[in-house]
Amino acid sequence: MSQADTNPSVPALSVAGVSHSFGEKLVLDNVSVTVPHGTFAVLLGLNGAGKSTLFSLITRLYDNVSGEIRVLGNDVRRTPGKALQRLGVVFQSKTLDADLTLEQNLLYHAALHGLGRGEAKRRAAEALATVGLADREHEKVRNLSGGQARRVEIARSLMHRPGCLLLDEPTVGLDIGSRESVIGIVRGLVQQHGLGVLWATHLIDEIADTDLIIVLHKGKVLFSGRLPGFLAETGAKSARDAFRIITGTTSTEEEAA
Amino acid sequence: MNVDIVRPDAAFSSRYAEAPRRLGFLAYLACFRGIVWREVLRFLHQRERFFSALVRPLVWLFIFAAGFRQVLGVSIIPPYETYVLYEVYVVPGLLGMILLFNAMQSSLSMVYDRETGAMRTLLVSPFPRSFLLLSKLIGGVAVAAIQSYVFLAIFYFWEADISHEAHLAMLAVPALLFAVLIVNAATEFISETTVSRLIIAVGLIEVAILAGAVFYWQLPPPSMNYITVFPALLLAGLMLGSLSLFISSVIKQLENFAGVMNFVIFPMFFASSALYPLWRIKESSPLLYEICLFNPFTYAVELIRFALYGQIGARLEDGSLDLTNLYVVTAYTVFFLGAAVYAYNPSKGLIARRGGPGGGA
Repeated sequence: MSQADTNPSVPALSVAGVSHSFGEKLVLDNVSVTVPHGTFAVLLGLNGAGKSTLFSLITRLYDNVSGEIRVLGNDVRRTPGKALQRLGVVFQSKTLDADLTLEQNLLYHAALHGLGRGEAKRRAAEALATVGLADREHEKVRNLSGGQARRVEIARSLMHRPGCLLLDEPTVGLDIGSRESVIGIVRGLVQQHGLGVLWATHLIDEIADTDLIIVLHKGKVLFSGRLPGFLAETGAKSARDAFRIITGTTSTEEEAA
Repeated sequence: MNVDIVRPDAAFSSRYAEAPRRLGFLAYLACFRGIVWREVLRFLHQRERFFSALVRPLVWLFIFAAGFRQVLGVSIIPPYETYVLYEVYVVPGLLGMILLFNAMQSSLSMVYDRETGAMRTLLVSPFPRSFLLLSKLIGGVAVAAIQSYVFLAIFYFWEADISHEAHLAMLAVPALLFAVLIVNAATEFISETTVSRLIIAVGLIEVAILAGAVFYWQLPPPSMNYITVFPALLLAGLMLGSLSLFISSVIKQLENFAGVMNFVIFPMFFASSALYPLWRIKESSPLLYEICLFNPFTYAVELIRFALYGQIGARLEDGSLDLTNLYVVTAYTVFFLGAAVYAYNPSKGLIARRGGPGGGA
């Protein structure tokens, strides 16, 4: 297991042939996504595209009925403990306890991963330094701005040192400065530590040239590849136009979402 | 597609490359402690919740029970050996009420968006889900136990044979703190850290005053057994906690806490032996009596009532112990807990079928 884990040829995240439906409604239709190590993958999709369902399946809120999901080679269904140990998640909704301090929030998360107190404190200081909030560990989360709280959530997701990081629309509701700092921190993690990151968003301007782009629309993966290929396939000049063409949406629909 | 950005091996040999650890006994212990610690810490930090949790049973004890004392005579039924005041009779019911409110509050808050995030962070932990849910329940029970013991402490001094003025003197320091907090809520004159320190200081002073009072007046030990009640509180708390955990997984949307009050808490509380003995209910309405016998809350209250006198159940005519309360509460706990674990099971559960909590699109 450990061999597969450190072997860079095993992708950080692989989703293969996953379909999911609630009742009659097919929410995900044969979705396959691969995020190699050291890759910043942008999961593009409008609201209702199935992003959150995909995230729920990867985080095992419910099991995938078909297909296979692996986190660093660990099957989420067969060995959920191992898979979840290697997975870091930042949820869309705010999940910090506002009345507790930054450190207390991080210690709670460390406990959820079975880390001892001393080790947890060391890692908390380290993780807060990574997101640039080292001096504020004894402050309450309530006193933080939205962007700072997001950074704490990223620090929290790093506490158990995952090899794969999922972020579900982490920049929603943030101002431009905070957005840039949050994206910058995550990109830094990809570059320095070789994490595989799956970043769900509906904000197209968050794409950089080197990112892996995955377009999810109405439960189907319409495109998966780099920006040049994305533009070439659609014949568009910008990522925004390419997205419009490939999903067949008008700009008003997109604005509404 | 050009996949040329794969990092060289060296870059990934960082600490983020560590293999999954084996989760041994110590890891389980750390996880359990962390979850319970968070529940208690959160409770202590939410002062409004702390106060309302404390005031609710006290209102019932000092106002409702005081008024009811003359109306309702309680005859000698086990575990009581003499006539008891209505205030004494109602104590187990009020302890049950503390447990009930806590269980509903902590578990049903998961239904709301505000809390679903917290539930999801809990569920991405690599530990087995049943273990996580049980730990969370025990955390909730720990919070309820703290409240129960504060309530019992107040009851002890209320019951004690001391002058009215002495009672008021005991309340002076907390009352002063309360006034300061109210003023501060409006003016924000004192900083948050100072307030925290002030509360701790007042707590210590108050404990000293109370200890001094016990020593000075040579107060007798409490009329009820505050130690044997602990396992009963734990078991009853677990039962109510798992019930509300199950409800939280079944109900998709609840408008607000008032809905839960009307449909769960009030019926459970009133159709039980919390406020009046069952034989009284039988006299007035046989149907209601039958309902009370169905109500798990009745058995929880009776279990606590007997435990307060160091007993498990009434002694039957043939000399054996009546263990009905214990059996029923245990059975309900196992049943509701099983149902809740099933509901949160990722492949079979109800959440998987309807896509919540916080799932959706």
